[in-house]
Amino acid sequence: MDAILETQGLSKQFLGFTAVGDVSLSVRRGSIHGLIGPNGAGKTTCFNLLTKFIPPSSGSIRFNGRDITRMKPAEVARLGLVRSFQISAVFPHLTVLENVRVALQRQRGGSFDFWRSDSVLRRFDDRARELLEDVGLTTFAQRPAGELPYGRKRALEIATTLALEPTMMLLDEPTAGMTAEDVDRIVALVKRVAQGRTVLMVEHNLKVVEGLCDTITVLTRGRILAEGPYAEVSRNPEVVAAYLGSDPSIAGGSAHG
Amino acid sequence: MAGQATAFTAPTPHQSPGLPGLSLLGFNRAQSIAFLLLLAVLLVGPFVLYPVFLMKLLCFALFACAFNLLIGYVGLLSFGHAMFFGMGGYVAAHAAKVWGLSPELAILAGGAVGAVLGVVSGWIAIRRQGIYFAMITLALAQMVFFVCLQAPFTGGEDGIQSVPRGNFLGLFSLAPDMNMYWLVAGVFLAGFLLINRIIHSPFGQVLTAIRENEPRAISLGYRVDDYKLIAFTLSAALAGVAGGTKALVFGIATLTDVYWAMSGEVVLMTLVGGLGTVFGPVLGAAVIVSMQNYLAEFGAWVTVIQGCIFVACVLAFRAGIAGEVGRWLRVRL
Repeated sequence: MDAILETQGLSKQFLGFTAVGDVSLSVRRGSIHGLIGPNGAGKTTCFNLLTKFIPPSSGSIRFNGRDITRMKPAEVARLGLVRSFQISAVFPHLTVLENVRVALQRQRGGSFDFWRSDSVLRRFDDRARELLEDVGLTTFAQRPAGELPYGRKRALEIATTLALEPTMMLLDEPTAGMTAEDVDRIVALVKRVAQGRTVLMVEHNLKVVEGLCDTITVLTRGRILAEGPYAEVSRNPEVVAAYLGSDPSIAGGSAHG
Repeated sequence: MAGQATAFTAPTPHQSPGLPGLSLLGFNRAQSIAFLLLLAVLLVGPFVLYPVFLMKLLCFALFACAFNLLIGYVGLLSFGHAMFFGMGGYVAAHAAKVWGLSPELAILAGGAVGAVLGVVSGWIAIRRQGIYFAMITLALAQMVFFVCLQAPFTGGEDGIQSVPRGNFLGLFSLAPDMNMYWLVAGVFLAGFLLINRIIHSPFGQVLTAIRENEPRAISLGYRVDDYKLIAFTLSAALAGVAGGTKALVFGIATLTDVYWAMSGEVVLMTLVGGLGTVFGPVLGAAVIVSMQNYLAEFGAWVTVIQGCIFVACVLAFRAGIAGEVGRWLRVRL
């Protein structure tokens, strides 16, 4: 199997409490991989470990054949491993267009030229508009991002992430707190942008997971309980007991939000 | 910190409905008009008002603009900017008096020492955020104050006195106030325009992104500490220039300008004028310096009045003068 992201014995302790323990995860190149588990299972900690926003207590992480265990988050992003955030992460006082452009601006390398006019950034405007069109935000281009409705902010965030042409995207609950209509739009969007990339997503909404993910990993109490295709994992009695069984809404699909 | 900083920033409309004709130097239309007004005041001012008062005002205006670059556009609240301002003053005074450097070089020396101090203190301080950042800058500034109190070249309690203004480029005597005024106005204008350029540069765009959402900026691959350090250094250098200029204007460099109260004063000026606005700090400096000048006869009461104004600003005028005016007129100043 061609794994793009691999962890070996990844652990994180907070003051003796093991949030993530001995997680060995392997994400296949080109797949959409779901990370699920009940509240407090360590999904977000795991996610923050993978994107280097918190350092692991032990274990190692390899991305695209390179050991990234000791790297800083900005460096990991430069390698093409780009994350989103659970709470929508836009730059509220910048326009929607500028939000995407700040990401495109990364192509220049470091933007340390404080003596130059920002009109040099206009060459990114066309590409920014294309990306906005891709996520259906063209009409909002000149509005401050903070004024967008929630679902649109998430779409903007994905456009901003895509601007970096990431090899792999890590999405932290992309549909959290959305209306059903927005959920469908984001699912379609993720499916489309995942072409030619790898996606790892933390997700509560099991219907979304079922529809999108090729493989899922179930975490409970910081450990991997099961891994495999949704149909297989959802029949695993341990999983049903630990997670699905405790949640009666599984039959209907949507567990949270 | 970012949250607090943006809370103070006026939620202003993003596009100014624009006659395309009037937009100077990257300013929007309203800012262009304000800038022309500012130029007019700079030109007419010394014929109407006492030039020394205006020079003092301009030095503080530049200081406040430099400070605003950090708080308004990066979201970093430094509580130690007096160290750059005061140290810039000492070094410029020493350079002019002891080394006999010409005034423009003395002022540049003040800026250089501000930059060096800025790199060192910034490198230490940017590792922390919010109130911790502010406290580290305050602590470092107190250390600089102590050095200035003890070091032989600063003259301790006396400061460096009777500093000659010298000849600009070795040619024009700056002894007459009017001559000195044009130099100060030039320095102010150059600093003001440089800051405006920094804000509207590719670098400034990243700074704004960091202020707005630092984790997101990191996740886009920006090494935010590098950006913060450069911004901090630029701000410190400009504060040093302002301090150096002030020392030459008055012919004296004293402990007052490195004291922590001076760090507080620049916060006050920027808040009163409007955080994160281009013209706000100039207005804030004008208000505070005018108050100190014209209310001087009330003695210690000036501080009380200043305190009241500060409270009033925070309660009722949160976006500062420029921020509130901008909101009424629906423009960004």
